[in-house]
Amino acid sequence: MVTAEPGADAADSASHPPAGQRRAVLARLLARPSGRIGLALVLFHIALAMLSPLIVPYDAAAQGLDAFDAPSAAHWLGTDQLGRDVLSRTMLGSRELLSVTAQAAGAAILWGGAAGILLGLAGGLIDDLALRVVDAFLGIPSLLFLLLIAFAFRGSTEIVVPAFGFFYGLPVLRIARAATRGVRDADYVTAARLRGESAFHMLWAEIRPNVADVILVEGAMEWSWMILAFSSLSFLGLGVQPPTPDWGQMVADARGYLTIAPWAAAAPCAALVSLVVGLNFLSDALGKALGIDAIRAPR
Amino acid sequence: MNAPALSGAVAPLLDVERLTIAAVGPDGRPRPVLTDVGLRLLPGEAIGIVGESGCGKSTLGLALLGYLRPGLTRVAGHVRFAGQDLFAPDAPLEQMRGRQIAFVPQNAAAALTPGMTIGQQLDEALRLHTGAERASRRETALALLADLQLTDPAVIVGRYPHELSGGQQQRCVLGLALAGDPRVLVLDEPTTALDAATQAGVLEALRRTGERRGIAMVYISHNFGVVARNCDRVAVMYAGELVETGATPRLLRSPAHPYTRGLLASLPSIRRPGLPAAMPGTPPAPGVAGLGCRFAPRCPHAAPECARHPELSQAGPGASVRCHFPDPPAAAAAARDGRDRRPGEALLEVAGLGFTYGQGGYLGRLLGRPTARRTLDDLSFTLRAGETLGVVGESGSGKSTLLRLLLGLQRPEIGSARLADEDLTLPLARRPLELRRQIQIVFQNPGGTLNPRQTIADIIESPLRLYFPALAAQARRRRAIELLDQVRLGAHHLARYPEQLSGGEKQRVAIARALAAEPRLILCDEVTSALDVSVQAAILQLLDRVQAETGAALILVSHDIAVVRAVADRVVVLHEGRICEAGAAVEVFGSPSHPYTATLLANSFDPEAPAPEDPLPFVPNLAPLLPLTGADP
Repeated sequence: MVTAEPGADAADSASHPPAGQRRAVLARLLARPSGRIGLALVLFHIALAMLSPLIVPYDAAAQGLDAFDAPSAAHWLGTDQLGRDVLSRTMLGSRELLSVTAQAAGAAILWGGAAGILLGLAGGLIDDLALRVVDAFLGIPSLLFLLLIAFAFRGSTEIVVPAFGFFYGLPVLRIARAATRGVRDADYVTAARLRGESAFHMLWAEIRPNVADVILVEGAMEWSWMILAFSSLSFLGLGVQPPTPDWGQMVADARGYLTIAPWAAAAPCAALVSLVVGLNFLSDALGKALGIDAIRAPR
Repeated sequence: MNAPALSGAVAPLLDVERLTIAAVGPDGRPRPVLTDVGLRLLPGEAIGIVGESGCGKSTLGLALLGYLRPGLTRVAGHVRFAGQDLFAPDAPLEQMRGRQIAFVPQNAAAALTPGMTIGQQLDEALRLHTGAERASRRETALALLADLQLTDPAVIVGRYPHELSGGQQQRCVLGLALAGDPRVLVLDEPTTALDAATQAGVLEALRRTGERRGIAMVYISHNFGVVARNCDRVAVMYAGELVETGATPRLLRSPAHPYTRGLLASLPSIRRPGLPAAMPGTPPAPGVAGLGCRFAPRCPHAAPECARHPELSQAGPGASVRCHFPDPPAAAAAARDGRDRRPGEALLEVAGLGFTYGQGGYLGRLLGRPTARRTLDDLSFTLRAGETLGVVGESGSGKSTLLRLLLGLQRPEIGSARLADEDLTLPLARRPLELRRQIQIVFQNPGGTLNPRQTIADIIESPLRLYFPALAAQARRRRAIELLDQVRLGAHHLARYPEQLSGGEKQRVAIARALAAEPRLILCDEVTSALDVSVQAAILQLLDRVQAETGAALILVSHDIAVVRAVADRVVVLHEGRICEAGAAVEVFGSPSHPYTATLLANSFDPEAPAPEDPLPFVPNLAPLLPLTGADP
């Protein structure tokens, strides 16, 4: 060959590997008011749940002589019908809730994501059949099943966590499957298929990195639904069991005295609303920061 | 070629004057995308703007309509249409766009609304621009389509975009652009997505329409073939500057700027075999170019004077060049090496291969539906180790299907295919790993061939991990670096992600990934059709060298006959699923015995052909109007 073959140029493209990309996503997230508010609320609640045992002013179970005290310097948020400090109970009331639902959200992301990717890759009859089963489950409100399970195994997190994970993993599965079908026919996937790569390699190395964003955002959204559902169970007495304080349980206890001591119900309600709204803001802004807000699988 | 004489007497229709457009980066520093561009378009004239990707061609094209992409600002200069400054705050752009100046975007097929018939879309455009009566609008629409040489316009207006072939879609988009009866038409890569014969047809239709209606045309393309066919004058752009302008025949015959020479030399020739010369390097990113001549880093004749930025200076009548040494040095004629390869044993034997898409099924046969036409019919050829087989044909000729059969993605209906002792009619799932290793593929689209979320190291090490599990992590990394070296990339690319690479670099990585398997047969599916000509030449050289080093057999599928001619030892010409000609490349191209091969050759661009006054012969496409469902799968 007479002509010198040119090497591809070296001095191009400023390097921005994942660390840089992550920084860019965080910057875009914080550029939105909803991202800032959402992240602040969620971080606040997580920090509070972790630190509350160290900083609560009163023992959550300690009953005082003064029931139905209005908010005062001694009891910032007043006391409930048993004279317990509402502030302390609200601060402690998210620990069990967050722990159970976070584990369940992790389970939902793992199983929903993996199953969704595999179904998306498999296609054909298996995909069709499995999807009809998923649709059947999604057609019935999952709270019904969860009520039944929670009633049968009252308060047992070993059962409740997988149950929540299963039902809230179904929408994650649909999203993961839809996203997988979007990249399934890309040349790089075909190349891996032609090479003869294992199912695990396809799942983990080829597809997962391309659909992780979508799954994560959907998982965050499902987490907020789980928090609402689990609080509903606690409200009905099927979730967190006394004496562990819990928001749903507190609302249930206080609802008989709404006219006498509205603060006892208002405080856990406000806390729950701020957590759920924060999570919704966060997942919404995260989706937009990652550029995937347009992706939404059919429910 | 209907331009009035290049004299100052005629007032220019479009006048671009010292136009500088910059992108403002995150640091607030403006990076010039276009620098000091001056251009005049006379009424009825056709000019071409040529250059590699990233040289500012499209930005200039849009600026001709008074449009800047978001993030760009006009720093200096003017664009005037018949005296009206298009960047003036009160410019009546809405009245002008579409009616005075129209634009045809790069991906024209996406410009058609999928849910409306062609007739409805044309009608809408005509109503908007002319406000004529419905009946006369229909007549105008039919006349437009007939002008663009669409057979049977009355049928076309009733069809939806997806029911048309690529060439037909392209003509319909042109019809939409012409609906406002503009005086200037700006075409951004008008035929890049089409194969040679279709391309020739569309260009011919454009040329005639432009002449008949007296429309001035601006062709933006990286392909000299497009420009040579239709343009009176050519402007060559590099790094946001005009580097050479001149009348088309003169510029093609005696290019003055080394960049123009390089671009022309990197075109594979249909006249003789051998590899085209590649230009080293890539154009600088906006704002990166130094103070001197912007082409100097890639210029084979760079001298100390080139540290001074050259001005665009007169070089003969109506021609200008931006170079300190504009005389073409004698030694610049690109040397093309002949090939001398000794082929080895027969490796791939294909006999009587046949395949039909959508075979109708049992029910179809029961109902007496006509059996579908064979996508591939009675295909036989032999490929020896170390040999390159070129497969040429238009889209829909069965080229891709052949590759899918060899890869096992489809099973042939009849016939046999063997790679040495292995049966290739086995479906993919039943092929042993060892057989899979021996056949590797490089895909067409550099954008989709690499996983965007894997580093180059991951991508190249995947096949190593799979096929050579005995390699330890360190040895694997060393091998990956060797492979990168083999495709002229460096170890510093290992940690990068595909989006940080250019199109040519991505194809190099894809080739390295194929080589990692140490295959005996490499399938190349239109590997250069998405690349600039300069990059194409480099990739063709790379493939050729890699083959010499590894002794693998190569099947190169392409619709570009010149590309095939450049590298193939033997050629198979496919037409509608059948081999219409096969043999040694020298013979097939030297004296084509089949009229279809002759058509393909005639429709290819040849810079050495005497093109000036006699327009290139247009040989009509042999393929009939595509049937409704016969699109290439």
